[in-house]
Amino acid sequence: MTEAQRLESVDILVNMGPQHPSTHGVFRMVLWVDGERIVDCDPHIGYLHRGSEKLSEGELYSQIITLFDRLDYIGNFNTELAFVGAVEKLMNLAVPERAEYIRVILCELNRISSHMLFYGTMGLDAGAMTPIMYGFRERERIQNLFEAVTGARMMHNYFRIGGLREEPPDDFVARVRGVLPAIEQGIEEGDRLLTYNEVFLARSRGIGVLSGQEALDYGLTGPSLRASGIPDDIRAIEPYSIYDRFDFDIPIGENGDTWDRYAMRVEEMRQSVKIVKQALEQMPESGPIKAQVRGIPRPPKGEAYFRAENPRGEIGVYLVSDGGDKPYRLKIRPPSFANLQALRPMLRNTYVADAVMVLGSLDIVLGEVDR
Amino acid sequence: MEEVTPQPDQESTPSQEASSQESATAPARAPRQPAPPPIGLDGRGEALKALLPGPLAPFEPEVDTALDEVVVTVASERLLDACATLRSDPSLSFDYLRCLSVVDYEDRFQVVYHLWSREHRHKLTLKVDTTVESPSVPSVTGVWRGADWFEREGYDLFGVEFPGHPDPRVLILYEEFEGFPGRKSFPFHDYQEW
Repeated sequence: MTEAQRLESVDILVNMGPQHPSTHGVFRMVLWVDGERIVDCDPHIGYLHRGSEKLSEGELYSQIITLFDRLDYIGNFNTELAFVGAVEKLMNLAVPERAEYIRVILCELNRISSHMLFYGTMGLDAGAMTPIMYGFRERERIQNLFEAVTGARMMHNYFRIGGLREEPPDDFVARVRGVLPAIEQGIEEGDRLLTYNEVFLARSRGIGVLSGQEALDYGLTGPSLRASGIPDDIRAIEPYSIYDRFDFDIPIGENGDTWDRYAMRVEEMRQSVKIVKQALEQMPESGPIKAQVRGIPRPPKGEAYFRAENPRGEIGVYLVSDGGDKPYRLKIRPPSFANLQALRPMLRNTYVADAVMVLGSLDIVLGEVDR
Repeated sequence: MEEVTPQPDQESTPSQEASSQESATAPARAPRQPAPPPIGLDGRGEALKALLPGPLAPFEPEVDTALDEVVVTVASERLLDACATLRSDPSLSFDYLRCLSVVDYEDRFQVVYHLWSREHRHKLTLKVDTTVESPSVPSVTGVWRGADWFEREGYDLFGVEFPGHPDPRVLILYEEFEGFPGRKSFPFHDYQEW
């Protein structure tokens, strides 16, 4: 037996999930491990598949909004907007100004609350217990506001085809204004706590690197794509709703590593605060919140593809209508689904201990991956 | 599918609404916004539509429009070459596959690719039809790697095969699952799962 043969090691198969607490949902991956090094990874999804696309074909358009709430259950408003946006595009429906502003405010607050959750779990993945307290404290302020507006903390079912379900509370603007300084302070506190923490840097710098070209090839979108240096944000490159009226920056990363993906989201929260402030300034004080849609919405025969920027990336809705009151086909292009494809190349040649960090940095929501 | 023809009254709804809006005087009603102009191709879309017949000529495309998207339909045997051209031709350079969807029209399956070019900032919808008897469309994973999971999902839910896919395993459903639940022929409620 030669020396090389004697030292030859065998790849060990490690199964992680689907009920592993750090897989952010019911996600399973099989890792081939050589010592501490990951040789290959095979992600398994589908544990949360509820057939939302097929179910949509049997529901009225107004009923489907509830299904969309349950796709990305962390960024509900953004997901609702993608669906109502697609139907409005096909029906060519003008949404009242005020409704658009309220939608944008809620969506951007939702983005902050989603990134706050990401911030907290990212800390947990790195072994830090405190960030989740900070993250949830800020998230709680926003969730309370959502509860006041929609009556629900998560499954809001608030957007309607052509506008909103009902008037927000009278003190809506004052409430948002009141909560913003605390959120801003919370973002800065959280940033100081974790971003340049030496241990956190050591755990996240240079790990799970994805180049810009690879990221595009795999179809990454959102903060995970921008971390690789590609400045694509649907809000800027193809503005939907009224996003062309706001002035905000698109943060981009340099290395496309785990730390960059984290830092993008911290910076995005600041930009979202900026958008909310501008929206509050510009928002008309009174006015209708819903366009009049006669009876049950029946988009004309045809098809529309609507894309929106969800906290996780680009959510696309491909809607095919036969002129009836139910969609003929509704395809959802979920951002996490495409982002998760890149996990395999990202995990190769990293260490087992970093697998959780890399997965966490993609910020997946399994409800959306599996639909 | 029951072929639904666009009903004339539906098509004229916006103008009707606009006229009734002028005559509506009930004070309780909120003033309606004017009907928006119809959605059509933007400048980039028009330019793309004019440009397409040139580079795509060998693939005999049918060029059409759907709202703000340029829609191109090609035959499935020419798909791979057409995709390679769409990606590599410098005037098109569609380097990003946004979405891959399968639509069951009962008399045929249609695979729809939504493409985006970062360089030129234009978008395109590419469509390929395939038969119900043996639905099969060549895999485009060689052109856009991101098509990988979308194609696996397409097989899971619709049974459309993508020959040339590097890893054609079940993705969303479990391996023992029988049937293709995305299809129109798959029953909604009355089937036994376990």
